Amino acid sequence: MSGLWFWILLGCVVALATKLVGHLVPARLLEDERATRVAGVLTIGLLASLVAMNTVSSGQEVVLDARLGALVAAALALMLRAPFLVVVIVGAAAAALLRLTGLG
Amino acid sequence: MRIGAAISVATGLYGISFGALAIAAGLSVAQTMALSLLMFTGGSQFAFIGVISGGGTGSAAFGAAALLGLRNAVYGTQINRMLRTPWPLKLAAAHVTIDESTATAVGQEDPAEQRRGFWVAGIGVFALWNLFTLVGAFLGGAIGDPARWGLDGAAVAAFLGLLWPRLKGREPVAIAVVCALVTVLAVPFLPPGIPILVAGLVAAVWGWISHGRADEGLEPDLDPYRADGPGPAAATEIPDDRRGPRGPRSGDRT
Repeated sequence: MSGLWFWILLGCVVALATKLVGHLVPARLLEDERATRVAGVLTIGLLASLVAMNTVSSGQEVVLDARLGALVAAALALMLRAPFLVVVIVGAAAAALLRLTGLG
Repeated sequence: MRIGAAISVATGLYGISFGALAIAAGLSVAQTMALSLLMFTGGSQFAFIGVISGGGTGSAAFGAAALLGLRNAVYGTQINRMLRTPWPLKLAAAHVTIDESTATAVGQEDPAEQRRGFWVAGIGVFALWNLFTLVGAFLGGAIGDPARWGLDGAAVAAFLGLLWPRLKGREPVAIAVVCALVTVLAVPFLPPGIPILVAGLVAAVWGWISHGRADEGLEPDLDPYRADGPGPAAATEIPDDRRGPRGPRSGDRT
C-alpha cells in the first residue's frame, strides 16, 4: 500500500495548505460571496454523495442491501437528536441485524 | 472555555468510529494515524477512507478529501480576522482550524474568549481525536470481518451524521438530493470514487451559478456537529447577527 501512502501524505499537505491559505490571503479575496457560496454548496454536495456511494455502491454496481437499512436507522436516530457516536452505532447495528436475519 | 472542552470530548469520542472504519477500509494503523495527526479535518478523513473502502483509487480519495477541506479556507479567514495570530503561531492555528474550533470561536462575543475558545477547542479536539482514533483503530483491527459487524452500515451512518446538521432549509436539501442522485446514476459508468468528484463538480457549478440568491443554510460557519453534552449545544449556536454580511435568514428552517 505504498501508493496509498503517497496520496495520504499529499492529502495531508493539501489539507494544511488549504487552512493556511485562509489565514494568509487577504480576507477580501476569500470573502468573495461567490467563493463562500461555492464552498458551502460543495461541502453539502460531497457529503450527500458520500452517503449515497457508501449506501448503494459495490464496486461499479448499484446494490440494495443491509446498508439501506442502516441509512434509515441512522436517519431515525438523527431525527431523535442522538449524538454522533450513537448514530454510527445504530447504523452498524441495523446493518448487522439485517444480515443476521438474512434480510440484507 | 467550558464550551471548548465539551466540544473536544464530544468530537474526540467519534474519533473511535473513524479509527475503526479506516482499518475496515484497509488502511494500516500508521496510515490511519497519519490522517488524524496530519490531515486533521474529520470530513476529509472520512471522505478519504470512504472512497478507499468503496474500491476507489488513492487519487480519487485524495480528490474527495481535498475538495471537502476547501471550507477550512473560509474558516481560516474568519479566525485570522478574529484572533490576529502572530506569525509563528499561525501555522499551529491553521492546523487546528476546523469546524469545531471555528464554531466555538465564532460563538463567543469577547475577543479574549474567542481566542481561548478557539485554542481550547482546537487543541482539545486534536488531542482527543487522535487518542480515540488510535483506540478505534485497535478496536477495528480486533473485531475481524467488518461486514459482519455492520461497519459498512456504520460508514453510511457516519456520513449521514456529518451531512445532517447542514441540511437547514430547502436549498441544502435540494443540493443533497441532486448530488446523491448524480452519484447513484454515475456509479455503474465510472470507476469507484469518481462519482463523488462528479457530484462535487455539480455542487460547485450549482454554487457558482446560483450566486446572489438567499444563502439560507449555506453559511460555512455553522456548528456542524451538534455538541452532545448537556448545555453547550445551545451555547454554540451562532447568533444571527454574527453570521456575516448576508443579512437575516428567512424563516423556513426544517
